[in-house]
Amino acid sequence: MSNPTNLHYTKEHEWVSIEGDVATIGITAYAAEKLGDVVFVDLPKVGTSTTYMKICGEIESTKSVGELYAPLDGEVIEANDQVVAAPELVNQDPFGAGWLIKVRFSALPELMTAAEYDAITGEG
Amino acid sequence: MPQTPLNDVHARLGASFTDFGGWQMPVRYSSDLAEHEAVRTAAGLFDISHMAEIFVSGENAAAFLDYALVGQASLIKISRAKYSLIVRTDGHVIDDLIVYRLNDDEFLIIANAGNRHAVFDSLSERAATFGFAGLADRSDEFALLAIQGPNATAILQSLTATDLGALPYYSIAAGVIAGKEIYFCRTGYTGEDGFELLFEAAQAERIFELLLEKGKPQGLLPAGLACRDTLRLEAGMPLYGHELDLETNPFEAGLGRVVKLDREADFVGKAALAELANAPQKKQLVGLVGEGRRAARAEYQLFANESSTEPIGTITSGALAPTLGYPVAMAYVNPDFAQIGTTVSCDIRGNRLDMTVVKLPFYKREN
Repeated sequence: MSNPTNLHYTKEHEWVSIEGDVATIGITAYAAEKLGDVVFVDLPKVGTSTTYMKICGEIESTKSVGELYAPLDGEVIEANDQVVAAPELVNQDPFGAGWLIKVRFSALPELMTAAEYDAITGEG
Repeated sequence: MPQTPLNDVHARLGASFTDFGGWQMPVRYSSDLAEHEAVRTAAGLFDISHMAEIFVSGENAAAFLDYALVGQASLIKISRAKYSLIVRTDGHVIDDLIVYRLNDDEFLIIANAGNRHAVFDSLSERAATFGFAGLADRSDEFALLAIQGPNATAILQSLTATDLGALPYYSIAAGVIAGKEIYFCRTGYTGEDGFELLFEAAQAERIFELLLEKGKPQGLLPAGLACRDTLRLEAGMPLYGHELDLETNPFEAGLGRVVKLDREADFVGKAALAELANAPQKKQLVGLVGEGRRAARAEYQLFANESSTEPIGTITSGALAPTLGYPVAMAYVNPDFAQIGTTVSCDIRGNRLDMTVVKLPFYKREN
């Protein structure tokens, strides 16, 4: 389970993919594995604003509740309805079909590289 | 941290580990939902070697246990078992136990891992008072496995000459697997049929792997403590530290049936329990169900209604029930709210969820 090098990361185990001024956000395979089987996700509504490192959603497994931290300031432009309907996507494909929200941003905060994130999770 | 004799096997099988009762235990191997489902529809194999085995032997063993526990061990027939409790003199619960009668004068107690010393120390004190000298904590000598699910008996039967079908629920029989002596106990903690297997710790890897191999074609999965918890919750079974503790008496926990007050001889806690049995309880254990997919979890507070801010109870265990597909929980509530059909409001991290009091268990197998 390696962390893709084209993504950015937070210490709260979110990954961020940047395309222009839109960030796609999910939780890492490491976080999904630690949570166990995800059975419920609560995502922010389209149009709400996110604040860097503030909680904006919840990811629940049978055993525990994980919080989704916003990796940047911005506005939610899309929430992944498929993952709401099928939360197991978070475990099956955390870096792909299990993405959670897309956020439009104006400035990018400092995020971790894959190598830096590997170091805090003991990967690589 | 202590590990069971199967720790290396769990690691090889890719288990994630957790601290449970002071032990490093497998929480899941792959997916707790898949493991839960396997136990309900096929079979699951659990390592529960962390649990304590205390042997009680000697001429006065039955009379001693009658004195030390809330049930009457002397009424258990040889090779049968009873669920019981050990309480303090004030009637509060030190642990819940299974008591097996191996012989006229020999009993085996299975206690929770985290309470091993509390139970053994309490029994030892009571033995000194009673004048009994036949206690032995032999937990370190044994491995304990649980094979549970509709295919459990068939899988196990393929490995032994003992007629497992002839063993009633809550019974124990000595037998042999792969040339090694083993106790077959028809008990479990999942709501499914199955067995717990008690044997010499040195045989643990061999027997665990043999069961995995024989069980695989019949859908058996190694199963961790995460699914064990959701399975027992659906089956409405209490877990010490959640539904039972030193702040709780048996009547509050809905376990009045295991307390045998109607006997002449004294037993530890008798006076307090006799009084508690006839007094109004401060709290009552209930089952709760909700709608949607958001779980009401342990320690979340309950209120009379959505707008009330005065707590009337607390969740002790809760999850989105994997077999049922909706949130279930056990909770202690003010007895005014314990009637079946009562609606209460649970605070789930700032959001309110209506839940309804239902009869336990939430899940009962069909046969």
